[in-house]
Amino acid sequence: MNFEVDPRSGLPTYLQLVQQVRHALRLGLLQPGDQLPTAREVVAKLAINPNTVHKAYRELERDGLVGVRPGQGTFVERSLTGPGYASLGRLRQKLAAWLAEAKAAGLDEEDIEALFRAAVRQAAGQEGVA
Amino acid sequence: MSTAVVQTRRLGRRYGARWALRDCSLCLPAGGVIGLVGPNGAGKTTLLRLAVGALRPSAGVITVLGRAVTGRPASLAAVGFVAQDKPLYPGFTVAEMLRFGARLNPRWDDALARDRLAGLGIPLGQRAGRLSGGQRAQMALALALGKRPQLLLLDEPAASLDPLARRQFFQTLMEAAATGQMTVLLSSHLLDDLDRSCDYLVLLSASRVQLAGPTEELIAAHRALAGPADRVPAIEVQHTIVSAEANGRLARLLVRLGRRPIHDPAWTVREVTLEELVLAYMSHPGTSQPTQPNLEAVQ
Repeated sequence: MNFEVDPRSGLPTYLQLVQQVRHALRLGLLQPGDQLPTAREVVAKLAINPNTVHKAYRELERDGLVGVRPGQGTFVERSLTGPGYASLGRLRQKLAAWLAEAKAAGLDEEDIEALFRAAVRQAAGQEGVA
Repeated sequence: MSTAVVQTRRLGRRYGARWALRDCSLCLPAGGVIGLVGPNGAGKTTLLRLAVGALRPSAGVITVLGRAVTGRPASLAAVGFVAQDKPLYPGFTVAEMLRFGARLNPRWDDALARDRLAGLGIPLGQRAGRLSGGQRAQMALALALGKRPQLLLLDEPAASLDPLARRQFFQTLMEAAATGQMTVLLSSHLLDDLDRSCDYLVLLSASRVQLAGPTEELIAAHRALAGPADRVPAIEVQHTIVSAEANGRLARLLVRLGRRPIHDPAWTVREVTLEELVLAYMSHPGTSQPTQPNLEAVQ
């Protein structure tokens, strides 16, 4: 697992680390049993505060994604490539088709992103109500 | 983060009629990396020199690692200090300086210091006067870390380094901090470095403490707002305006949040970055934290 920090992302550094692990879990790049780098290894590379790494790992631990084995390190416990993983390919194809349709309709990338964000927000809002 | 490594109460230092530091009450937590920021001449170096006993206070008290600061060797055994000009003896070789460090420090870890220098490719036979700026900074850091301090103080450690040397310096420093045995207090005006490395921030300005607290809490307590200038008074009732900038009808504010959230849809509200926060306070030295929860133990 190679972490990186984007100072312009606006996201707190610990959340960037959390997201990178979750992302790698979703894509199957990290799997149960894999070891995460030690806090010391991460800070020696990124020059960030060690507590930032501890905080990210605690958050992942709280979500049950990783576990600490005393004296050994932090290991992946659970993957995020659950039942949805099988349908990823199909969903992606549908999205590609939708994107082609949007482009044909004259939308540019910015239009598409705005539309997509609004739809995600709307869906989230409806879930919240239900 | 429960015990204090540095505690000051109404600490002050005067040079003639001028106060370099005044009314400084702080309670700095153990176990993290504390950033000391502020404009030049705000009192950062004075505070650090008071903490190592290189200066005596003109007013107030300071304790470091639970002991009064006397400037005697016993009170400094667990404190490392890298001064701004990174004083090394130019005619000494790296190996000679390591022997010097070993002779002077009862807790000296020679293997640690040698490994560190070897890892950085700094030859033991090299004379200090012939090291590059980055190597000199790393050498000073290796000497300070070799004594295995519980508290490491650094005064503008990276100010004169190029970006690569700066990155390498902070990599070494953060790796050392990751052992968890050491608290780091560093002054800097390079906000990028502090943003990555510090979990606690102290802002000094015009010889006084303007802001102090865990970085995340400070960020969470502030917001940047943009909205109609004629509604600024309504904001001012509930929140504290740290900086304001009006351009015709549009006002941009940086506020410290009061008890209630900002609901008025006329305002666009977003989180602030550490840099915005520090700059807003620095450019308005009159504003300071009303209550400092972390100081309760001191008062």
